[in-house]
Amino acid sequence: MATLELSIGEEVAVTQAPRARRLGPLFWAAIGWMIFVFAAAALAGLLPLPSPTDMDMLERRAPASVLHWLGTDGLGRDELARLVYGARISLTVGLCAPVIGITIGGALGMLAGYFRGRFESLVVGSMDVLLAFPPLILALAVTAYLGQSILNLTCILGVLGIPAFMRVARAATLTLARREFVIAAQALGATHARILLRELLPNVFLPLFAFFLLGVAVTIVVEGALSFLGLGVPPPISSWGSMIGEGRESLEVAPRLAFLPAIAMFLTVLSFNLVGDSLRALTDPRQGAL
Amino acid sequence: MTETALLSVEDVSVDLPTPRGNLRAVDRVDLTVGAGRTLGIVGESGCGKTMLSRAILQLLPKKAKLSGRVMFDGQDLVRLDPERLRKLRGRSLAVVFQDPMTSLNPVLTIGTQLIETLQEHLELDGNAAKRRSAELLAAVGIPAPEQRLMQYPHQLSGGMRQRVAIAIALSCEPKLLIADEPTTALDVTIQAQILDLLAREQRRRHMAMILITHDLGVVAGRTDEVAVMYAGRVVERAPTAALFKNMRMPYTEALLAAIPKIDAAPHTPLPAISGRPPDPTRPIQGCSFSPRCRYAAGQCHREKPSLAAAESADHQYACFHPIEIAARVPA
Repeated sequence: MATLELSIGEEVAVTQAPRARRLGPLFWAAIGWMIFVFAAAALAGLLPLPSPTDMDMLERRAPASVLHWLGTDGLGRDELARLVYGARISLTVGLCAPVIGITIGGALGMLAGYFRGRFESLVVGSMDVLLAFPPLILALAVTAYLGQSILNLTCILGVLGIPAFMRVARAATLTLARREFVIAAQALGATHARILLRELLPNVFLPLFAFFLLGVAVTIVVEGALSFLGLGVPPPISSWGSMIGEGRESLEVAPRLAFLPAIAMFLTVLSFNLVGDSLRALTDPRQGAL
Repeated sequence: MTETALLSVEDVSVDLPTPRGNLRAVDRVDLTVGAGRTLGIVGESGCGKTMLSRAILQLLPKKAKLSGRVMFDGQDLVRLDPERLRKLRGRSLAVVFQDPMTSLNPVLTIGTQLIETLQEHLELDGNAAKRRSAELLAAVGIPAPEQRLMQYPHQLSGGMRQRVAIAIALSCEPKLLIADEPTTALDVTIQAQILDLLAREQRRRHMAMILITHDLGVVAGRTDEVAVMYAGRVVERAPTAALFKNMRMPYTEALLAAIPKIDAAPHTPLPAISGRPPDPTRPIQGCSFSPRCRYAAGQCHREKPSLAAAESADHQYACFHPIEIAARVPA
C-alpha cells in the first residue's frame, strides 16, 4: 500500500516538472488587467469621473445611464467613480502592507538564515508568537484601539505579513548560504554586509518577489474583509471591501452594487496570484538546477 | 627548503562536533610552503584535505574547533583579527574550488563578480577594473573576454567557468593560491588544460600554490613537494621526485597502484585498496591505515607511528614497516 502511494506521488511529480516554463496567454491577460487597474487608480483624478462622494438622493440605486456608467449606489453616488477610487485604496493598502512585510521580514529572514545561532532562534521564536495570534482578531483589536485610518490599516496588515516573508527569506538564505559561491566570496575577503547584499540578496529576491505578489493578493482580500466588517477605511472613502459591505444591504434590489466591487477584487486578486505563481514556477526549477 | 616559508601549518587539528561524537577531520598536521613553490596534498575522499584548506583560510564551519598555528607571511592567521584577515583573503590568499557550477554566483554576470573583487581590493575605478577584468579573462584563455564579461555563469561551460573562477582568484595577485580539487568536476580533456593554466600563471606570478587532489597523477608533474594524507593525518611527505622514486608509506604505494595504467590489457581489474577509511568519529588505536595495510604487523595495530624523517630530512613518513627501496612493487 505504501509503495503504491509512493509511485503515484512520483508520477505526479514527473508530469508536473516540464509545466509552466512558458508564460502563457493567461499570464499576459493577468498583467493586462493589473496594468488597467493600476492606470485607472493612478489617473483617477484626471479621468472625467463624477466625485465618488457626491450624493444624489434623487438618483439612488439608479441603473446604468450616460451620466452614471455603472449606475449609482444606495446613497446616489456614482458607482464607477467609487470603484476607481476604491481601487486606489485597495491597491495602496494591498501594495504598501506587503512592502512593509518584505522589507522587515526579508531582512530578518536573511540575517537569521545567514548568521544562524541565537539570533535565528530569537527571530523564529518571535515570529511563531506573531503567527500564533489570530490575524483578524489582532487587526480588529488594533483598529478598534488606534482608530480607523488607511495608515493604521496598512501597518497592521504589513506587520501581519512579516512572519511569512521572514520564513521565505530564511529558507532561501539557508540553502544559499551553504553554496560554494558564498564561501568563495568569503575567501575573497568579502564582508558580511557585502555577502548579504551582493551575493545573497539577488538570489533571495526572486522567490521573495514571487511571494510578494501572492502577499498583495492576500492583503487585498484581508483589507476587503476588514472594510466589509466596517473596520477598514473610514467612510465616506470607498474601498472595494466597504463597497461590498454597503451593497450587501440592497442585495435583492440592486445586486450589482455588491457584485461589481467583488468582481473587481476577484479579478485583481486572481491576476496577482497568477503572476506570482508563474514567476515562482519560473524561478523554482532554475534554482534547483544551479 | 630551509628558506623562511611563506605558509607554515604547525600542529593544526580540526575537530567537528557531530551527533555521533567528535570528528577529528585534521589531526596534528605540519606543513610548509615556500614562496613560489607548489605543494600537492593527496588523499582519498574524506581524508581531511578540504578541511585542511579551509583551516588555512580560516573558513571552517562555525562549530569546528581549530587548534595549532597557521603562519602566513609572519602572521598567525588563527589569531589574526577578523578585519585584517578579511583584507588578507583575496589580496594575498586566494582559493579555487572544486565545482565551478557552484563557486560562481548564478545571478551575477561574471563581469560583476570580477570587477567588484578588483574594486574592493585594488581600489580601481570602474573603467580600469573593467579593462583589467578583460585582461585577466584573456590571460586564463577565454576568447572574446569583453563579451564574456556580460554573460552569466550558466551561459559558460564547466571548463570556462573554472577558468573564470581562476581569473577571480588570480585577480589580486595573491601570494598563495589554494586549488581545492580544481579539476575534479571537469572533463578529462579539460583537466590537463586547467592544470597547465594554473602552472603557467603560477610561474608567471611567482605565486605559491597548494594543489589538493585525490589523483597522484595530477600531482606528479606539477608539484615540488607532496604530502599524502590519510584519515586526517599526513602519512608521507617528500619532494615530488623522491616520493615517486622511492615511496615508503604503503598507503602511497596503494594509491599509486590504483591508477589505471595505459599499457594494461583491457578489463584488467584495478588493484583497489580493500576496506574503507576508518570512521573518523571513532579513532582507532595504532596506525589508522593498519586495517587495510598488507604490511601491517602487531605493532601497527597497537601504536600510532609518528611522522618522522628517514634517510633524508625532507622525506618524512609515518610507518613502522616502510617499503624497502629494493623490495618495492613496480608501479
